[in-house]
Amino acid sequence: MTVTQTGTDTGTFAGTHSGLAGRLGDSVARPDGVPKAQGSFQFAGDLTADGFLWGATLRSPHPYARIVRIDVSGAWRINGVEAVLTAADVPGKATYGLISHDQPVFASDYVRFQGEAMAAVAADHPDTCRRALAAIVVEYEVLAPLTDPERAIDGSFPPIHPDGNVVRHQRIVRGDQSIHGPVVVEGTYELGRQDQAFLGLEAALALPAPGGDGVELHVATQWLHEDRKQIAACLGMPDEKVRIVLGGVGGAFGAREDISLQVHACLLALRTGRPVKIQYDREESFHGHVHRHPCTIWMRHHAGTDGTIRRIEARFVMDGGAYASTSSAVLINAVTHTQGPYRCDHATVDGWAVRTNNLPSGAMRGFGVVQAAFAHEGQMDKLAAAVGLDPVEVRLRNAMRTGDHLITGQEIVNVAPVARLIQETAALALPTEPVGGHDHDPMRLPGGAGRTADERHIVRGIGWGVGIKNLMYSEAFDDYSTARVRVADGVATVKFATVEVGQGFVTIVGQIARTVLGVEEVVIDSIDTEIGSAGSTSASRQTWMSGGAVEGACRLVRERLFEHVAELHDLEAVQLEIDGTDVVDTLGSLRMSVAAATAGIVIDETFEHHHPATEELDELGQGNCHTAFAFVAHRAVVDVDPELGLVKVVQIATAQDVGRALNPLSVVGQIEGGIAQGVGLAVMEELLQVDGIVKNATFTDYLVPTFLDMPDVVISLVEEPDPHAPMGAKGVGEPPTVSSTPAVVAAIRDAIGKDLHRVPVRPSDICS
Amino acid sequence: MSEFYVLHVNGAAREVRDAAAGESLLFVLRERLGLMGSKGACEQGECGSCSVLLDDQLVCGCLVLAAGAVGQRIVTIEGVAPLGAPSDVQQAFVDAGAVQCGFCTPGLIMATHSLLERSPAPSEMEIREELSGNVCRCTGYGRIIDAVQRVAVARRGAQ
Repeated sequence: MTVTQTGTDTGTFAGTHSGLAGRLGDSVARPDGVPKAQGSFQFAGDLTADGFLWGATLRSPHPYARIVRIDVSGAWRINGVEAVLTAADVPGKATYGLISHDQPVFASDYVRFQGEAMAAVAADHPDTCRRALAAIVVEYEVLAPLTDPERAIDGSFPPIHPDGNVVRHQRIVRGDQSIHGPVVVEGTYELGRQDQAFLGLEAALALPAPGGDGVELHVATQWLHEDRKQIAACLGMPDEKVRIVLGGVGGAFGAREDISLQVHACLLALRTGRPVKIQYDREESFHGHVHRHPCTIWMRHHAGTDGTIRRIEARFVMDGGAYASTSSAVLINAVTHTQGPYRCDHATVDGWAVRTNNLPSGAMRGFGVVQAAFAHEGQMDKLAAAVGLDPVEVRLRNAMRTGDHLITGQEIVNVAPVARLIQETAALALPTEPVGGHDHDPMRLPGGAGRTADERHIVRGIGWGVGIKNLMYSEAFDDYSTARVRVADGVATVKFATVEVGQGFVTIVGQIARTVLGVEEVVIDSIDTEIGSAGSTSASRQTWMSGGAVEGACRLVRERLFEHVAELHDLEAVQLEIDGTDVVDTLGSLRMSVAAATAGIVIDETFEHHHPATEELDELGQGNCHTAFAFVAHRAVVDVDPELGLVKVVQIATAQDVGRALNPLSVVGQIEGGIAQGVGLAVMEELLQVDGIVKNATFTDYLVPTFLDMPDVVISLVEEPDPHAPMGAKGVGEPPTVSSTPAVVAAIRDAIGKDLHRVPVRPSDICS
Repeated sequence: MSEFYVLHVNGAAREVRDAAAGESLLFVLRERLGLMGSKGACEQGECGSCSVLLDDQLVCGCLVLAAGAVGQRIVTIEGVAPLGAPSDVQQAFVDAGAVQCGFCTPGLIMATHSLLERSPAPSEMEIREELSGNVCRCTGYGRIIDAVQRVAVARRGAQ
């Protein structure tokens, strides 16, 4: 059985020719760009197969209830229904999860959040599926939901899950706990629930092997091998019976790191013996994936009268929702980034990630550090005001440098140009746009198309945010990556399981191979589980980890090539190097093209790239738990209508520590896109739940920034190649989201002279 | 419930058989005619991923009843340019870095062609306003605006 291809482009990356010229450092265009622009690139939701069925999922209407009875007989009576599955039909492990396996494939005893999966159907048409789901009768005993994270901590609410209501508690205690003042500033900061809101909705096509002896799943995901492990366990199959092929991914931002429809699609395909496609709609997507953790953070900074930080106290409460997902790792990221990119040797931090009957929380771009940054940057502005410094000066006085330490005791060994980032951002030109906008155009006023603001009332503010973000996975996890490079007749074929979500890994693969090997043509093989893991496309890690794997495999191939050429020409391999597209003898006259040198031979090498081992934190939160760090600075300019509570973000200026920009155009794209999500969190994005019920699971009511909401972005790429990073390049995806949000909020505070402690900032927060 | 009608898509008459009466143009284009270039991301007219031209008007395919489009000229992303021979707008999006995940791209290509037909030299504000019905979650829009401006400049130069 094969997947139907529409048009002539394969859409997936199989056979994609990365044939455009361009080496490391060039702004090479995407190899998949033309198919994407022509609509012929196949996303997971575009896949079909002969005789495929549609799958759909029954979801709980209640945030917390005991399931008394499920009667699926009504669904079976509908023509066109081919399968109806509940928990009783899961042949293997009944639960899954990224860190702890605490989430049921289908709820059977209790539902713990609104939208939890309870059953799945397969039928001949999406409408048949909808009618079948409506015909399933579920009798519930509705229970009062746990929605207040503090009640999970204080133990006043009975456990809503056998694993208890606390997912993780972590303290950090460092240095002299008696330090107090002389300057003390404190605040409590809250962040609402942000949704990743990728455009390409969850979708997968499952193809059963003959006789049900295995399954092939084409899916939009972030981590093929982790999906396979969890799916195989639930199916009761060995891993090798489950093949995962990357379907085209329409954005991810963390929301595809957890299992959503994968197991359901495979179960339906195996039960019916036919291909099954599941495609969520937007409302189901909002319920069907994890979100950024809502979080409340209290911080108290003790500082000298010169503004230098002496000690930080903090308490983090993160709402993990109904299932654990990555909550324990998100918590560790949050608490270990308490100080931000500033020196601090004395700290007392208490962090909680708890279970509630809200939507499950997990990975989203910035992964815990977004939350920490909103608090520490609010504190830096309070500190500046308390000691009479401006926001830039207080940050410069505390700016972290290479060799400084986190409050975990970990030394920052990476390039850490924090002061330079702040200075370069400050040097970027402020907007020329006058307060209230150019040309008296009402579209440029806060509220834009609403045309409600009065130009005379508009006030402008400027605010700062500076961030630190860990790169790669932490706490002793070996998130290695694997790549295989095969060169024959001048063409390099690169194989990896690295998920391309839009970030452009497939672009730099060609750049790496051309630079290291001197080949002109690079072919990217199918992205699937037929090679070792690449780890997840998350944590700003794929350029470093999978880029490093591709570079490592290319270097192995190059060594073999040099040995081959040296033997033919009676030279030493060490004399040879790649110059452009030629192999040259640095001590003699030999020069031949790589194409000629590889004619008629095949060199095939695989490389596994591991980063140095990290440690678990101890009870006092001490340990070298992170792999590497990147830094960023943001300055925001906003116009505010204080009477209407409306904000227009006019400009974001940023300098980012990128190590080395392997593809400057791609880096700019990551920075602008990450800032858009940071601006969204600052002023508009929140998935609301009241008593556990989701209130705005549509794009009409959950607002993401449009063309009219996005400010001008001015960028300075700070390139200080990191000696610890392959090719000197740091990951660039997350830092833009980390401190753009606090910069915008600081600018609003500056404009209206009012303390704002919650994001997104609502009109009522400004007006009240 | 079962319907038969003919749609004029990208210059060809396409028969639609056995469709349910309430199917959207987006659903019929994708699931019955196999034209997968138009995308669905909200199905309520908020994101523009399904943008197509209906008698030269830019519409959201998810908001149009397929059966109601009988007799109108429908142009989808597949009708913009032959595969492998991208239009100036499509090529500019690729060259300018306006494409990341690419899910919003077909809709934005349709909207940009429509905009530049009506307004060959749009201001930045006009680009922002005209394209504000198309949501992109990856790019932050900067490179898309650049792509549109590149096409406008190139077309003027070619005149």
